[in-house]
Amino acid sequence: MQVSMTMNGEEITREIEPRVLLVHFIRENLGLTGTHWGCDTSNCGTCVVLMDGQPVKSCTVLAAMADGHDVRTVEGLATAGVLDPIQQGFMEEHGLQCGFCTPGMMLTARALLDANPHPNDTEIREAISGQICRCTGYATIVRSVLWAAEHPAELVTIDEEVGA
Amino acid sequence: MQIPAPFDYARATGVDDAIALLDRHGPESRIIAGGHSLLPMMKLRLARPEWLIDINDLYELDFLLVDKDKLRIGALTRHTALLESDDIARLFPIITDAEHVIADPVVRNRGTIGGSLCQADPAEDLSTVCDVLGAVAVVRGPNGDRMLTMSEFHRGPYETALAQNEILCELQFAIRPRTSSAYEKVERRVGDWAVAAAGASVTLAADGTIEEAAVGLTAIGLDGTVPDIDSTTRGQKPSEELFAEAGRLASLACDPVADQRGPIDYKRHLADELTRRVLRRASERAAQTQEG
Ligand SMILES: Cc1cc2nc3c(=O)[nH]c(=O)nc-3n(C[C@H](O)[C@H](O)[C@H](O)COP(=O)(O)OP(=O)(O)OC[C@H]3O[C@@H](n4cnc5c(N)ncnc54)[C@H](O)[C@@H]3O)c2cc1C
Ligand code: FES
Ligand code: FES
Repeated sequence: MQVSMTMNGEEITREIEPRVLLVHFIRENLGLTGTHWGCDTSNCGTCVVLMDGQPVKSCTVLAAMADGHDVRTVEGLATAGVLDPIQQGFMEEHGLQCGFCTPGMMLTARALLDANPHPNDTEIREAISGQICRCTGYATIVRSVLWAAEHPAELVTIDEEVGA
Repeated sequence: MQIPAPFDYARATGVDDAIALLDRHGPESRIIAGGHSLLPMMKLRLARPEWLIDINDLYELDFLLVDKDKLRIGALTRHTALLESDDIARLFPIITDAEHVIADPVVRNRGTIGGSLCQADPAEDLSTVCDVLGAVAVVRGPNGDRMLTMSEFHRGPYETALAQNEILCELQFAIRPRTSSAYEKVERRVGDWAVAAAGASVTLAADGTIEEAAVGLTAIGLDGTVPDIDSTTRGQKPSEELFAEAGRLASLACDPVADQRGPIDYKRHLADELTRRVLRRASERAAQTQEG
């Protein structure tokens, strides 16, 4: 079957089998390997992408179900060479060690800040509670998101460029 | 890598179209809503439908509205929408309580109330909530709509009264004065399925005694609500002794199995303790609605 969707702002169309999961479509058909794939059981959240602005576990969504929708992966966070404040925050506050959970964490954080620009510690922990990090103990992830919340200056230009 | 077995895929454009598709493609065709129960089963090859009928475009099934003395929730309403609804928090806080502990926020963005009920997993929280609230399911098939009580709807683990070509369209909840509710779950870690959970609904009479009460249990082997809770509590003032008696009834009524989530005596203890807590909280909340 044919699927078309907006991927990081670009219209794409591919011929696929209906059983292809969104995570494999993104990684294999589109070659966007920034989206990671871990537990395969909807638990770890490393495969999180934004579908119509909402975090979803892409190992538990069919690519066919994303047809006609707007999908954003970690590759779509930086625009025109400018890092999203979330990415900057993860750099500033050491929000990653091995980096395996990072793409999913950053996208969930992006969606959180879009809905709630000034989350507190508890709200951040709640938002990422469906995602597992085996390295950081979460403290630096929470600090990274807080950093991004405190430095939203770049956000304005990025939102305009994406047309959100 | 877990990949579902091959299948064909169709997107329904309306409820009647979905029913026609189910009819046309026969017994091996299946509805997919949020996909967060069905896709994991398909990935493990525990389910191998030949056709998936996707209902995610059916916005007519995605609603939440107070209609006179009823709350009506469309089958495609996502967990997140239920969790965030002020009407629900005010009228049926048991749903808000349950949604806080169903899976995690990302899963809640996809999973639906209809999928939860149709999956009929014994550890699934919203079935208990619907039992306790005496919800009515509106089901549509080729011959029109029928209304089912929860005892008619549930047929046991992973089984419902839905025919292969029927769709769950909505759930209806009667809004009653001086009534409130609560849910509490014990889980091993955030986002996990229940070790055990309990839900309660309490209606108070004008004099503050209990007019009607119901308790349901999740994941510990009880279909429907705990027998005798209503007759034991009716006409009584809410009290710790009464809650303790209800807890005792719940621990006797359940039939848990020992598994990696815990031994039988621990689960019976949870049935007792959680029943006391939810009855206490539902009674307090019902009393507050009276004041307000
Ligand atoms: C990691 C994880 C943790 C979870 N934890 C919990 C938890 O703690 N508590 C809990 O209650 N649930 C939990 N769930 C399940 C979650 O709530 C699911 O969203 C829900 O069980 C199914 O909803 P769905 O819309 O995804 O259904 P689907 O997976 O799309 O469908 C499930 C079944 O229902 C049928 N169906 C769906 N909609 C309809 C309809 N309208 N009419 C007829 N048939 C229909 C499908 O054919 C299928 O057989 C968890 C899920 C995951 C992945
Ligand atoms: S790979 Fe999707 S949740 Fe782990
Ligand atoms: S940085 Fe290694 S899993 Fe999170």
